Amino acid sequence: MDEIYSVYAQEAREQLTELEGGLLRMEQGDRNPETINAIFRSAHTIKGASGVVELTHIEKFTHILENLLDKLRNNEIEVSSDLITALLGGCDHLDALLIRVEEGHLDADDGLQASGAAVAEGLRRFTEDGEPEQPALPEATSADVERDDSGTAMTDCWHISVRFGQNVLRNGMDPIAFLRYLLSLGEIVHMTTLPDAMPEADAMDAEACYLGFEINFRSHADKAAIERVFDFVRDDCDLHILPPNSKLSDYLELIDALPEESLRLGEILVRSGAVTREELDEGLSYQKTSETLAARVAEEEGLPPPSPQPLGEILVKQHVVQPEIVEAAAAKQKQVADKKTSEARLIRVQADKLDHLIDLVGELVIAGASANLLAQKSGMATLVEATSIVSGLVENIRDSALQLRMVQIGETFNRFHRVVRDVSKELGKDIELVISGADTELDKSVVEKIGDPLMHLVRNAMDHGIESAEVREAQGKPGQGRVALNAYHDSGSIVIEVVDDGGGLNRERILNKAIEKGIVQPGQSLSDHEIHNLIFEAGFSTADKVTNLSGRGVGMDVVKKNIQALRGTVEVTTEAGKGSRFVIRLPLTLAIIDGFLVGVDKSSYVIPLDMVVECLELQGISEEHNYLNLRGEVLPFVRLRELFEIAGEPPARENVVVVRSGTLKAGIVVDVLQGEFQTVIKPLAAIFRNLRGIGGSTILGTGDVALILDVQALTQLAVNTEERATSANRF
Amino acid sequence: MGELAKKPPASPVTVTEEAKQYLTFFLAREMYAVGILNVKEIIEYGSLTEIPMMPSFIRGVINLRGAVVPVIDLAARFGGGQTEVGRRTCIIILELRDEEGRQDIGVMVDAVSEVIDIPAGEIEPPPAFGARIRADFIDGMGKVAGKFVILLNIGKVLSVDEMAMLTKVGEQNIGEVPALQAPAG
Repeated sequence: MDEIYSVYAQEAREQLTELEGGLLRMEQGDRNPETINAIFRSAHTIKGASGVVELTHIEKFTHILENLLDKLRNNEIEVSSDLITALLGGCDHLDALLIRVEEGHLDADDGLQASGAAVAEGLRRFTEDGEPEQPALPEATSADVERDDSGTAMTDCWHISVRFGQNVLRNGMDPIAFLRYLLSLGEIVHMTTLPDAMPEADAMDAEACYLGFEINFRSHADKAAIERVFDFVRDDCDLHILPPNSKLSDYLELIDALPEESLRLGEILVRSGAVTREELDEGLSYQKTSETLAARVAEEEGLPPPSPQPLGEILVKQHVVQPEIVEAAAAKQKQVADKKTSEARLIRVQADKLDHLIDLVGELVIAGASANLLAQKSGMATLVEATSIVSGLVENIRDSALQLRMVQIGETFNRFHRVVRDVSKELGKDIELVISGADTELDKSVVEKIGDPLMHLVRNAMDHGIESAEVREAQGKPGQGRVALNAYHDSGSIVIEVVDDGGGLNRERILNKAIEKGIVQPGQSLSDHEIHNLIFEAGFSTADKVTNLSGRGVGMDVVKKNIQALRGTVEVTTEAGKGSRFVIRLPLTLAIIDGFLVGVDKSSYVIPLDMVVECLELQGISEEHNYLNLRGEVLPFVRLRELFEIAGEPPARENVVVVRSGTLKAGIVVDVLQGEFQTVIKPLAAIFRNLRGIGGSTILGTGDVALILDVQALTQLAVNTEERATSANRF
Repeated sequence: MGELAKKPPASPVTVTEEAKQYLTFFLAREMYAVGILNVKEIIEYGSLTEIPMMPSFIRGVINLRGAVVPVIDLAARFGGGQTEVGRRTCIIILELRDEEGRQDIGVMVDAVSEVIDIPAGEIEPPPAFGARIRADFIDGMGKVAGKFVILLNIGKVLSVDEMAMLTKVGEQNIGEVPALQAPAG
């Protein structure tokens, strides 16, 4: 695919996302004019961009969308759920068209064309429901001199308002000559002569001209050409030319099509032809004089100088341009400014370049650690100092490099507004989505892979979790169901929760189903927690009826697998009648962590530093039990030497590293503490995928491989080992 | 690794060539061979990090220029005891390709011998039994100087899926309610 199309598709997609987000906000009652303006602008930008890359089918389709949005913007049609649905359908179609462009096809295939036509028809229905288009007939010009109502300008004719100065005749100019010359450019549809300025007969000077004309003029000439007609009397008359209705949209389009460079408002107007250079100069000089005047007045009164009157306002007041055009020009100006600032803030970088950088930083960290070690061995104070400065810098580089890959989860969450809306419609349930912690950051590679599992959980919560409105009300709950997405950081991992306030999991039904499917044996004693988490087993679905949303039994085990692939865990807690809470716990990053190095016998192990609470010496503990007294708190511990069956006698003095994982606090008994260590995570080979308790490996400064402990799995391992041992005693 | 010096200057292996090249090595006084195209490098045995709770045939992992590579004890994998580390103990780094992509695995052997050409006509099908190792581990029996060399099917010997399953058994189903594993298939 040409680069131009990929850039186009990417930008169009961003606009589309904004458009969709805006529509959803509107549906939820956001009537802020800025929202609808933003939506309109997005559609307009897509249309413009499609035109530039000559994707006329997208341009045409967007035009229909834009027409409807324009009506919406002008309050000609009401926001309704149907309307939003139709517009969202339009978004979807655009999305499909963009996908096709991304696939390298520059035309819509038949299927897309057919669906596009259907969607467009749906959209047009709303356009036609609105008020009929204004007839293009010229309106009778009223004699009103002040033409503030834009209605006059909405005709298909130029509106020329000219007041000849008193000296025109004296200077040898005949107004009628100008009008005749005007006829050479077009056709005067209607003309009103304004004798308002005519004084009483006795005060009248026969050589003076008192006439003014309001002319409806149909012509293809541009504004500058019309103005040139009056060139000779330009200084002597008061001339206002308002473009016709059709031109108005031309101007708006022209303004939009201007290259995006910062321009002054006046320049934008002149370039689009809405205002001539002379009119601009006049306006500017007026602005200047009024400014100096106002400043002088303010100075005399001891006030701060007032802000100058905006040029746009002046031009509108002088009747040289319609307010709409000024608005469009101002919007353009703002857009350029916005674009400038956002361009300054964001740089697009290929993701693989970033990955390569992270890899290199990883190697740098390892190399730095080995240099550090050598320096310390050498005993040269200056060398040690130099390497410690280098390692400090390397640490900063590592953090910044990793930060580059961190993205907020908000974007992923926001996608669910649409999902929840569509699914709740499909299910006929009223469900609200509450998002919190959207600014929580996590590694991009994790974000990319968490979307699908989340989608499954959210759909599942809506389909199986939330009851129908009648059931809810019967139980004294609000009729509107609630699904919440929440994210936060917790001791070195990120936690994502999907919470619903539905019926909760049915313990008996899960157990019966599990027995029926042979997942558990009848008579096996399981805790409630274990039973609830059976839903993550393969081939499990409790829904009595299979809907097309979920219930095919391929859901939860896939969710669990995907999350485990990210070195994460998923659990569910539930309360009958109150709802369920799915808790996903993921590692913050997949590349580099701060670790705490410990040693047992000759091996070294790394504990993620975020999980380490404190370290203490193991003293006076009998071999009979594995807990100790931590300032009055019972702290269970595991002996790494026993758990990993490491040979050799423990040293006289052992140490305990107190770790916390989630809510569980535990101690890990090791031989020696070796201090903090920047750890580049090297995933273990596939043959170790069933290994529990070890999260990965890393390479030490010495070149040796150290294993990274997965604290949570490790404590679980200890729990299970002990459970088995005690239950074996029981039977 | 004096034997390696005898290795002929690496003649490019062409498809038309009837004979394939094999790297031979010794394991418990028995001679084995693997296709040379799978061999990435041969390194001296040393500085190996053991992985806890693993079956005996997984010796541990080594740092291979920044990559962490698992090392398999072939003798233990074939059902024998663990290889004693001797003066000539080597690790052959093999490159495996499967649907999950490319990965390196090291195998620990008693001694590396040489690279030999074995024409296709000199390869006999594996015997049904008697080789003391699983029949599916054997690609064929090469005849070299009147003796048989066992040509290994490293895809089977080092099957990631199978080894991962074995590590699961090795850890005695820790972390799972045993019955839950029944319907996994």
